[in-house]
Parts: sequence; structure tokens; C-alpha cells
Amino acid sequence: MIQVDKLRLSLGGTPILKGITASMPDTGITAIIGPNGSGKSTFLHTVAGLLTPDIGTVRIEGHDVHAMALADRAKLFAILTQSQPHLPRLTVADLVAFGRWPYHRGRPSEEDSVIVQQTLDRFELGALARAPLDTLSGGQRQRAYIAMACAQTTPYLFLDEPLSALDPRISKLILSQLLALTRDKRHSCRIVIVLHDLQLVAQWADHVIAIKDGVTFADGPAAEVMQNTRLSALYETEISVRPQDDGRVAILL
Amino acid sequence: MIKTRLLSLTALLVAFSILFLVWNLRQPIPFILSLRAEKLAALIMVGAATGIATTLFQTIAQTRLLTPGIVGFDALFIFLQTLLVLTLGGVGYVTLPAFGAFLMETATLIVAAVALFGIILRKGASDLVRIVLTGVILGILLRGLTSFFQRILDPSEFAIVQQAMFATFASVEADQLAVASIILICAFAAALWMAPKLDVAALGRDPARSLGLNYDRFVLGVLALVAALVAVSTALVGPITFLGLLAASLAHALIPSHRHAALLPASGAIGAVILLSGQFIFERVLSVTSTLTVIIEFLGGLLFLVLVLRRRT
Repeated sequence: MIQVDKLRLSLGGTPILKGITASMPDTGITAIIGPNGSGKSTFLHTVAGLLTPDIGTVRIEGHDVHAMALADRAKLFAILTQSQPHLPRLTVADLVAFGRWPYHRGRPSEEDSVIVQQTLDRFELGALARAPLDTLSGGQRQRAYIAMACAQTTPYLFLDEPLSALDPRISKLILSQLLALTRDKRHSCRIVIVLHDLQLVAQWADHVIAIKDGVTFADGPAAEVMQNTRLSALYETEISVRPQDDGRVAILL
Repeated sequence: MIKTRLLSLTALLVAFSILFLVWNLRQPIPFILSLRAEKLAALIMVGAATGIATTLFQTIAQTRLLTPGIVGFDALFIFLQTLLVLTLGGVGYVTLPAFGAFLMETATLIVAAVALFGIILRKGASDLVRIVLTGVILGILLRGLTSFFQRILDPSEFAIVQQAMFATFASVEADQLAVASIILICAFAAALWMAPKLDVAALGRDPARSLGLNYDRFVLGVLALVAALVAVSTALVGPITFLGLLAASLAHALIPSHRHAALLPASGAIGAVILLSGQFIFERVLSVTSTLTVIIEFLGGLLFLVLVLRRRT
């Protein structure tokens, strides 16, 4: 369970988060949505402890994130930001292997390499394992970064717009693998993901937090938040939502 | 492949060392040998220190373009040295025990460098332009202050400082070798010990922090190490700006890995081989003594331009 309480944060004198209170349930995928510049990424960075709030607390399973040691955090949650490391010669396998670093801190064990291999296979990266990052396409590289975060096998996984600029097949592969992670019996994982594509949110998210102007606009199960009036008010434009047979909805802009 | 390349680098280093020692050996052999051995030790230490310092610095600065020299580490060292001569007086400075003076200078440089560059690199090296500009301006400021202080010095004191200001391989200060080698060995051991953390730090601040590395504190530690290494090489021969760039670039080209456990020894060995082979060719074969620094700075400067221009396109 992630509990966010009255989070406030200013960057360079401009208030970005103006008192966000939200809670994220212990199952499935939580999507964070909102207009450009509403503070979604800042919110996720603050929840993941990369930014320190001026006021307010973030508790994950009762631990105050900002009071935790970095080494302990890395075993509780993984975060993938949009600013990705640029190390051209690094191979995919090496990158994903970094995900195990919080556990071995420089001395990988047999178990670590098994997990790395499983993660590579899960994201269809087995054939690319020895390829340097700069020879990959954008979609392949993004998959490698997500695989690195997954290799951390943490109970929580935070992803900041991981699907921007990916084609439908790759987006679907990644989302279905993420969903499978949340349903995994052995180390089930709760995922918090910033998404721009409302259709993907409607289709895949279990819980939605909508942020507008640095405050919580809506926080609830996907079916509750993804409604005509709420989405239209959130984005200040006409958005219509059509119910589908499977209980999910289709979004028409 | 990485192992064989490291081994062949070591072999190359040993070969040049032996060549340097025994080429054209004349009587009195023991005297000349001990003279050459001192110089050999100094060259290897300077080359290794510069190469390793540059690789370390490039990792935390997140760029393959910079060296500690370019952003003003050695300007800082010479400034501190001038300040020391100014406050103690020429006689006071010269009568300082070599061991104590060198340790004190190194310690001061470490503190000053961590304070200055820690501010620039504290929140991660997100802005390369800012680092370069701050470093260059800082370098100009320090050199300006240094030359101002040198004007206040009387001529005999000035001569002492001047000795430290220009890179000369012809005259190496032998009494500093012992303490320099101790600092260098400790720094190298520390760098190797940090190697797995350096691999993670190379990913950048946010990724490294999310993998559980206390990045901000780690950067300060690496800066201290860089300062110690720069102090060793600057104290022995004076400032050389681009040798490190050559050594680090060649190390990255030769070792196709991100692992610092391999990159650090490689850049150290390459730095030493460049200096040693250059000095050997110029001093022994061509019999010209003063041009090695010029050639190294010229080639390194060219490489710097190539790197900058290739980055643009």
C-alpha cells in the first residue's frame, strides 16, 4: 500500500505539487494521468524519493520513503525515469544485470544471472542480449530499460511514461508483461505508471489517479475515473467514453 | 579478450621500462641506473595517475570530453602552492620537510577540490556546458590569482613557484617520489575498490540512486580521489592538460567494456606507456628533451577537438 499525504513541492520557486493526497491499492496497475505540466512526473519522482517534498509524506508499506536509506529503497521499489542513461557500448544483458545490483553490490551470484536471463526472455530480449545499446531501435532500447527495472524484482515498480514513441505491438507486449508481473504468484509486483494514452489507461489500468494543476483531481478504480464528464473536465476538452463488452471502455477524442 | 589486452598493455609497459633503463647504458652503471630508475618511476606514476584520474573524472562528469586539467584541478593545485609560498615565505616553504609539505598540499587540494567541484557536480552532471564553463572560468580565475600572488613574491620565492608551474620531465623531484608513490598506491587501491560503484554511477544520478547507490556522497569521494591523483602528477612534473584525455580515450577504445575494474588499470597503463615511450623516443633516440609535453599537449588537443566536433554532428 502506498499512501501519499499532502505532498507539496516547489521547483525553482514555482509550486508544482500543491498538496496531493492519494492512495494506491495493493493490486495491479495504477495509472497516473493528467494534462501536460500538471505535475505527473514530478509526483512520481517524489513518490519514488528522487525528489524531496517541501511538506508531506510518502509511505510505502508503512516506511517513510524519504527517511529510508537508498540501499533499502532499491529493494522496495524500482523506478524508471524518462532520462535514461546513455552508455552506447553497454550491452542489453549488462544493462539488465544492473537491476540486480541492489542485492549483490558488485558480486553477482548464480541466482542473479538466472533472474537476468528470465527477465530478458520475458521481454523478448534473449536474442539481443549481447547487442550494444546504441545498435538498438527505440522500442528495443526502451524494453531493455524496463527489463532492467523489472530485474530488480521489487514489490513496487514505478514507470514514467515508458510507452512514449513505441508502436502498438511493443506497447502491447510491454503492458501485457507488466500485467503478468502484477499477477505473478511468486513475487507479485504493484505497478505505478505515468501514461498519456487514455486508451491504454482504459484498457490496462486497475486504478487511476488524475492530477491537475498539482492537486489530486480524481483517485479511484479505473471504471470510476474513466468517465465522460470527469475526463472532459480534467483535460478541458470533449472526451467521450464508450462502454465495451469486456467491462472496459473505449476513449474517443 | 579484455584480459589479453590488459596483459599486453602490461607487457608493453614492462618492455618500455626495460628499454628506458638499459638503452645506451654507459659507465658508471650503478649511478646512471639509479638516476634512470627514479625518472622511470616518476614517469610511470605521473602517467598512471593522470590516466586513472581522467577516467574517474569522466565517469562522474558523465562525459568523455573533460579531464581534471581542463576544468582546472591543476590550476587549483598551483594556486594553493603559491599561496603556501606566500604565507610561509620562500625559506619557510623550502625548509618544510618534503614528506609533510607534500602531504599537506595534497590534503589541501583534496579539501578545496571537493568543496569547489562538489558544488558543480553535486546534483549530478546534468549540464555539461555549465561544468565546462564553470571549470574554464574557475581555471582562469585561479591562474589570474596565482600570477597576481607571484607578482607580490620576491624573485627568489618566485623561482620556487615557477619550478612547479611548467611541466618538465627533465627534472623530477626525487625526494617526492616516495610519498607520491604511497599516495598513488592508496588511491589506485581505493579506485579499484570503488569499481563496481563506479559502474553504477556511470549510469547517471537518477538510475544510480534508484539502484541504491548514495550517489551524491559517492561523487564527493571520487572527487577526493581525483584530487589526490592530480596532486601526485602535478607535484612531480607540473600541469599536463591533455595526457589524461589521450589515455582515457584510448582505454575506452581498447577495452570494449563498461567495467571500471578493467578500464582503470587500462587507462593507467596507457598513460604510463604514452609518457614512457614519448620520453624514450625524444630523450634517448632523438636527443631532444623539452618537446615531449608540447607533443602530448598537441596530440591531446587535437583529440579534444575531434571529440568535440564529432559530438556536434
